[in-house]
Amino acid sequence: MKIEILGPGCARCKALEANAKQAAEELGLDAEVIKVTEMGKIAAYGVMSTPGVVVDGKVRGSGKLFSVDEIKKMLQD
Amino acid sequence: MLKIFTILADLVTYSWLNLEPGNHLTEAVHFFIEDTTKIFFLLVTIIFVVAMIRSFFPPERTRRFLAGKNLFVAHVLAAALGVVTPFCSCSACPLFIGFVEAGIPLGVTFSFLISSPMVNEVALILLFGLFGWEIAAIYLGTGLLVAVVAGIIIGRLNMERFVADYVWEIRMGEAEIPDMTWKERMDYSKGYVKEILAKIWLYVLGGIAVGALVHGYVPQDFLLRYAGPSNPLAVPVAVILGVPLYSNAAGVIPIVEALMSKGLPLGTTLAFMMAVTALSFPEMVILSQVLKKQLIMTFVGIVSMSIIIVGYIFNMLM
Repeated sequence: MKIEILGPGCARCKALEANAKQAAEELGLDAEVIKVTEMGKIAAYGVMSTPGVVVDGKVRGSGKLFSVDEIKKMLQD
Repeated sequence: MLKIFTILADLVTYSWLNLEPGNHLTEAVHFFIEDTTKIFFLLVTIIFVVAMIRSFFPPERTRRFLAGKNLFVAHVLAAALGVVTPFCSCSACPLFIGFVEAGIPLGVTFSFLISSPMVNEVALILLFGLFGWEIAAIYLGTGLLVAVVAGIIIGRLNMERFVADYVWEIRMGEAEIPDMTWKERMDYSKGYVKEILAKIWLYVLGGIAVGALVHGYVPQDFLLRYAGPSNPLAVPVAVILGVPLYSNAAGVIPIVEALMSKGLPLGTTLAFMMAVTALSFPEMVILSQVLKKQLIMTFVGIVSMSIIIVGYIFNMLM
């Protein structure tokens, strides 16, 4: 499983990355968490407010610092 | 309705703490209690309502809405949507790319980029709570006007060549806009209130504390002598001082309220607050990823000039 965190590297993006890692760990998933900072790539996903979460190539949410529980839900369905 | 906070402050200062009315310490304590209780009450309730409204206007929807509108209408709509669309300066780049890619003219995009940070809910709440609805309305109105006018000017200058070249090549994906249930909107709004409060509560308290000291200890009309309407330099100086204070609007406004009660004129006050919220170094650094130097300088120049003009006009009228 591949989780991408979209964002230029602001505080919220870093916090989101940590939450995503924790969510994957708590679910016991073998997930790779990658930060995407390049504007072109972020825009290519159609995301206009950062941070954003992409799971296996699909945008699951943007513009909000998602909690560990919220990310868990994204990873489970 | 907000009278209740004055009554509460009266009760605490005079009855519980038994302070003598009229002396410096009492004035400061009273100001601090009244303003902290009132401001935090307003912040929690109004940010919640604003977040509910915002959940209907994600930037992806705003972008779709603005594309292909008549130019003048688009400027006005962009400025108005800037108030309700969630925005943080780290989102400025993807947002800019998204707008430009959708064919929204550069000037209209700037109207949005100017109004979004300048006319934000935290600034409006603090202005309403501390200065009353008239000043909050004046700030909202002139803020929108500055965003529309500055955006139109930037649009007229045909500066498209000063947008970073790669921006024009990006093809943006179409993210689906999730439909939120009411429960999700409630959760989003609660989360939003928490997030904003966590970020600003310390600044607000600090600002009110400094404001309380100014209120209690700085002599009446002290500022009138130095920064009154008779000093033509006061407005530009206020704008320059405002730029590095970015993101501390929450802490600055209570101080400014106290300064205004010591004779700082309304125009200078407005100009200062607009500079604090609209112009910021971090945002310029972020925007430099998508804009060339010339365009950033033009943007800053035009916005500063508009703000200074607003300051002079209000100083003359009042």
